[in-house]
Amino acid sequence: MAAPELVIDNLHVSVDGTPVLKGLSLVVRGGEVHAVMGPNGTGKSTLAQTLMGHPRYQVTSGRVTLDGEDVLALKTHQRSRLGLFLAMQYPYEVSGVTTANFLRAAINARRTETEPIRLKDFRDELDRAMDVLHIDHSFANRYLNEGFSGGEKKRNEILQMLLLKPRIAVLDEIDSGLDIDAVRIVSEGVEAMRGPDLGMLLITHYQRILNYVTPDVVHIMFDGRVVRSGGPELAADLEQRGYEWIREEV
Amino acid sequence: MATTPKKLELHDEYEYGFNDGDVGVLKFQRGLTREVVEEISRIKQEPAWMRDFRLHALDVFLKKPMPTWGGDLSHLDFDDIFYYVRPSERQGRTWDEVPASIKDTFERLGIPEAERKFLAGVSAQYDSEVVYHNIHRELADQGVLFCDTDTALREYPDLVREYFGTIIPPEDNKFAALNSAVWSGGSFVYIPKGVHCRIPLQAYFRINSEKMGQFERTLIIADEDSFGHYVEGCTAPVYNSESLHSAVVEILVKESAQMRYTTVQNWAPNVYNLVTKRAVAQKNATMEWVDGNIGSKLTMKYPSVYLVGEGARGMVLSIAVAGKDQHQDTGSKMYHYAPNTTSTILSKSISKHGGKTTYRGLVHMAKGVEGAKSNVKCDTLILDQQSTSDTIPYTEVLDSRVQMEHEATVTKVSEEQLFYLMSRGLSEEEATRMVVMGFIEPFTRELPMEFAVEMNRLIKFEMEGAIG
Repeated sequence: MAAPELVIDNLHVSVDGTPVLKGLSLVVRGGEVHAVMGPNGTGKSTLAQTLMGHPRYQVTSGRVTLDGEDVLALKTHQRSRLGLFLAMQYPYEVSGVTTANFLRAAINARRTETEPIRLKDFRDELDRAMDVLHIDHSFANRYLNEGFSGGEKKRNEILQMLLLKPRIAVLDEIDSGLDIDAVRIVSEGVEAMRGPDLGMLLITHYQRILNYVTPDVVHIMFDGRVVRSGGPELAADLEQRGYEWIREEV
Repeated sequence: MATTPKKLELHDEYEYGFNDGDVGVLKFQRGLTREVVEEISRIKQEPAWMRDFRLHALDVFLKKPMPTWGGDLSHLDFDDIFYYVRPSERQGRTWDEVPASIKDTFERLGIPEAERKFLAGVSAQYDSEVVYHNIHRELADQGVLFCDTDTALREYPDLVREYFGTIIPPEDNKFAALNSAVWSGGSFVYIPKGVHCRIPLQAYFRINSEKMGQFERTLIIADEDSFGHYVEGCTAPVYNSESLHSAVVEILVKESAQMRYTTVQNWAPNVYNLVTKRAVAQKNATMEWVDGNIGSKLTMKYPSVYLVGEGARGMVLSIAVAGKDQHQDTGSKMYHYAPNTTSTILSKSISKHGGKTTYRGLVHMAKGVEGAKSNVKCDTLILDQQSTSDTIPYTEVLDSRVQMEHEATVTKVSEEQLFYLMSRGLSEEEATRMVVMGFIEPFTRELPMEFAVEMNRLIKFEMEGAIG
């Protein structure tokens, strides 16, 4: 299979009738890590939720394709099966469903009904992924996100990414609310996945996680658009100067 | 999913809605009279005391007004029901002796597998008589009695007479009186002192005749220091006219004994399921009801425990699922009559497709029950805008030295929750089902493995087409 390619072309999105994304364009390919940075309220999370198909976000114009397929025509679960993944800022709790059972159902959802993953294979993969993220194995038997600390929830998102092996992953504020050790562990998980078969879009407000995951491209978002793109040095610039200069220049 | 699955409504196609023709060899006219009751007693060759008990119960039934609370009973016509049907002349002792048409039905219900897997003895009620019954040698050797109640009346008349109708007398309510007048079948269990049944006692029930009332009568006695788990499952075929199921279950748990009664009932959508279940727990005894109600037109069922001895414990764990045109009016009652008694109620209900669930429960704390504790938790999951749910918890506290907790939650399956699950590749239907399965998990984890599998399958079936 060719390397993954996500193309976002002149995307306009409204939330409850208010325009939030105003002509955003981006291309992410396999092997690349793109960081999307920007001040609060600029549409970063809207981008993430829209890509995954949250019903509250209305696309008013523009195109999104993954490997040439029209993503916007697909339902959320179909986008997932196509290879799109969103690590959420606020992962939802599901009582009574163990993390392991959920993950197995999610893996089987992308296989044919007659060929579900063998339990032993699943267990082995799960154990391996948990080891990468320094997650205690008992974690698998806890109910999905229920009673998890902020750090555990984020690690669980990365665990899901490791197991579902997406082609394009969007990580929405994966570092928020994490202490420095947790940021490091999460970053190691992200680094472990880095390779030609995966393109990543790292959405973040702070530069901190970029100390651990070096992006290939940094985009700065402002008022629903990408206003600057550059190399990792752009992130360092932001760290020093804050967002104010962007505001002034735009 | 590659293809759009055909939407299934229970009313369109009920999974267990096959029927194998009229296998009854003896069927009465519709309606209830003194002659019908006498005839039932005569056919069964019962002792005079039972005939008199039935006739007295009939009087009570006729005098008692219909309940005006709970669900809508206005379409229930007592004159339009068969009160006795016997499918075959005698009981099968082994599987080979069971008539072929009945066997076919059982096979579709998976009874043979269950029999192989649970050697505790299978007692399956088909229409009004138990047609197949087998007790595992281990239990028999321990002195455990497990048979249908008609057989018990013949073989252990003294035991039956000592306890029958003592926990739920005919005067208790109109439907208990009806059952007392026309009862047939049901299970009888006696566990002797100190005996621990390692394997569950299983019974399967099934209504098969149109317009037939099923009035099974179950009596369980767990003697001192004993332990037992009685399990019963139910699937009924679908009919256009209404069917009535009105059972009575009486359980006595003696000092320091432990009894659990697990039932999952999946009635066809036209069945009135009006059941009286009550247990008495003596000193340091434990009684647990695990009660699942799926289907039926109307279920009114409130398993109760009378905590009469110091330190007695009662537990009710229940789920109710109401779909289109269905009302589950269920709950439980805990009567604390002794100090340091404890009760726990966990009720889970799900309404969908315009279905209605009502939790109706009572906790009674009598005078002088110092140290008694009760904890009630009612959780409701509502799947769409058309469905409704009510919680009606009654409390009667006559002693201030007790501890009571009550908690109720109502949850709707949220867009965010579904979005999260769907973002991992589950379809909306799969995601909804996962939320539902998680919601009832505190219930299913208490079920024996076979039942948990069956339960999950039922819920999966119930949830198909649940997404509009």
